[in-house]
Order: sequence, then C-alpha cells, then structure tokens
Amino acid sequence: MALTLPRQWSRLSSIFYCFLKIGPVTFGGGYSMIPVIEKEIVDKERWMESEDVADVFAVAGSVPGALAINSATLIGFRLAGLPGALAAMAGVLLPTFAIVLLLAVLFMQWNDHPAIEAAFQGIRASVVALICYAGYKISKTAIMDRMTFAVTVIAVLLLLFAKLHPVVLIVCGFIAGSFLVYVRNRFGWQTKLETGKPDPEPGYMMGDGI
Amino acid sequence: MADWTALWEIFITFLMVGAVSFGGGYAMVPVIEREAIGHGWMTLQQFTDTIAVAGMSPGPIATNSAIVIGYKVAGLPGSIVGALAVVLPSFIIILVVASFFYKINKYAFMKRGFYGLRPVVAGLIFYAAISFALGNGVIPTGLNGIGRETWILLGIFLASFLALARYKVHPIFVIMASGLAGTMFFM
Repeated sequence: MALTLPRQWSRLSSIFYCFLKIGPVTFGGGYSMIPVIEKEIVDKERWMESEDVADVFAVAGSVPGALAINSATLIGFRLAGLPGALAAMAGVLLPTFAIVLLLAVLFMQWNDHPAIEAAFQGIRASVVALICYAGYKISKTAIMDRMTFAVTVIAVLLLLFAKLHPVVLIVCGFIAGSFLVYVRNRFGWQTKLETGKPDPEPGYMMGDGI
Repeated sequence: MADWTALWEIFITFLMVGAVSFGGGYAMVPVIEREAIGHGWMTLQQFTDTIAVAGMSPGPIATNSAIVIGYKVAGLPGSIVGALAVVLPSFIIILVVASFFYKINKYAFMKRGFYGLRPVVAGLIFYAAISFALGNGVIPTGLNGIGRETWILLGIFLASFLALARYKVHPIFVIMASGLAGTMFFM
C-alpha cells in the first residue's frame, strides 16, 4: 500500500503520539502496558485485533530487549513499515529518556548532600529487595522442575566463584536448554515448555519479559 | 568537545548489553555491573544508586541505566549514545523477525533454548541481589562488621520485600519510603 506522502506523515505522527502516551505507563517496561495498548491501539485507533496484540507480545518477549520497546517497534512496523517502527520506538522511548535524564542530573547535583547520601543508604537496601522480588517472580516460570532448579544454582555459583562473564552464561543457558530437553526426551520425561499466561498483576516488569 | 573514545566505549558496551538483554529486566544488572565497574566508570555503590535511579523511572532497567551511566561518563551525548546502543540490537532483530519469520516463538528450537535460558536469567537476578547485598552492607562481610547499620539495612530490606511481595506496593513508593527511612536513621 503506497500511501501518499501527507497521509504517510499523518499516520507516522499518530503512531508516534500514541506511543508517546503509552511510554510513561511502562514502569520498568513490562506487561503493564498490555491493557493500555489494548485500549489505545485496538479500541480507539482500531489498528489491530486483540489476538494480534497477544502475538506481538509473544514475539517481543522471545527476542532480546525490553518488552515495551520491542512491542512498540513491532506494532509500528506492522502499521507502517520501517518508518512506523522508528516512530513507535521514538515515541515510547522519549518520555522515559527525559524522566531518567532529569533524575540522573538531579541525583548527580545533590548526591553529596548529607540528606541525600543518607537517603540512598536506605534506598540501596530496598534495591536489593527489589531485585530479590524480581528473582522470586521469574523463578515461578523459570524453575519448573529439578533440572531447571539445578541450572539456576549452577549459574549463581559460576557467577559468584568462577567470575564467569554473564553474557557467556546467557549463551550457554540457551544451548543447555536444547541439550537438557533432548536428554529429558531420551528418558521419556515430560517437559513443560510453555510458561502459560504472564502474571496479570499490575506488572512493573522485573525481568518478566521471558 | 565530546570525548569520542568514551562515547565509543559506551556505544560498544551497551550494544552488547542490548544484544543479550532477554527480558530487559533485572537480569541485565550483572552484565551492566561487570562492564561499568570494569571500565572504571563507577564503584559498586554508585552502580547500586544508578539502579535505584533507573528503578524509579518508567522504562526498562537496561535502557534506564544506559542513560544514567552514559550521562555520568560523557554527559548528554553519552546518555543519547547509551540509549540508542541498548535498543539498536533488538530493533534490528525485530525488523528481521517481523519481515521473515513472524512466529519466532512457535519454533521448537526457541522453546527448548528458553527452557535453559530462563533459569539462567533467574540465576543472574539472584546473583545481582547477592552481590548488591554484600557490596552495600545489607549482608555483613565479616563478624566485626555487624552493627547498628547492619540491623537497620536488614530491616529496610525485609520491610521492602514484604511491601513488594505481600502488599504489591509499587516499587517507586518502596524506594521513596526507604529513602525517608535512610534520612531518618543515617543522617
């Protein structure tokens, strides 16, 4: 479909504007944006069907990168090709970029102040809690049997004591997955490969993309 | 004048982070930690603060920390380069996937791979938690390190975890409340 230039531009700007609105919702960039996407893209703009949105999120979660940005790019691409993908990505990224930059600037100006220093001493403890909770949440879908439990333990030990580079571990994990499923099949063990529906809890991300 | 060497290092580093950031969540913390500290860009405590700032903002942790670290190392150009580098790999992969094999998640080899990848990602997140806890005194590294501070930090940690897991409090409020507690106890 060859749209005329003015129509193409108005389409791109509406894609950009739509994702600009969705951007701030992506606290941590997770499944929290699904209902908003449904409302904006399916109900209001009628750009896609509800099933398409489910497909988009499944694909966006299977490739590297943040779910929010991936799904925006994918939707933009389906609507208007490469320019659409760029418009959607810019839209979803821009509010985040501005907010993070502002916080970073403020933080670096004030981090010598005794009150801020003390505050961050407390915040560091809650960041540990935040990460623990993220680990707990992903464990519910990642650790499904003894083998996957063993993989998690081995990964932690290798990181702690062998100081293995995390990237190496990620690649090894993917290869090990194929191998382990092969072994399980040889032994005739059932393997649950689907993780089912993601946790619908107002899910601010936390590594729930996969 | 922009520091081209620094910008280039930021670009390459976050390009790699972007290429492996499955999920884009806290699993990327150890990868970024390794790079940021290895390059001498920041200490572990500064890195923890970066993650706190990243967690307070909307948007994915990996992208947000790329923006914060980029800014710290090379100002506004650094933050732009960091953000672009971290999204570039997934952008390209998305375009390829969307053009050629749309239903990538239906492929059996992907499913089998993810069977092993998911627990590794869980391991990465747990490692990040352990490393942060040790580096910031939430877990004392020696017996003589246990004091008033340790108990307060442990208390903040437990209260935060409970608020997140049990009462589903949004992380931004947890971070703010722990900041208040920090000023009360440590100033």
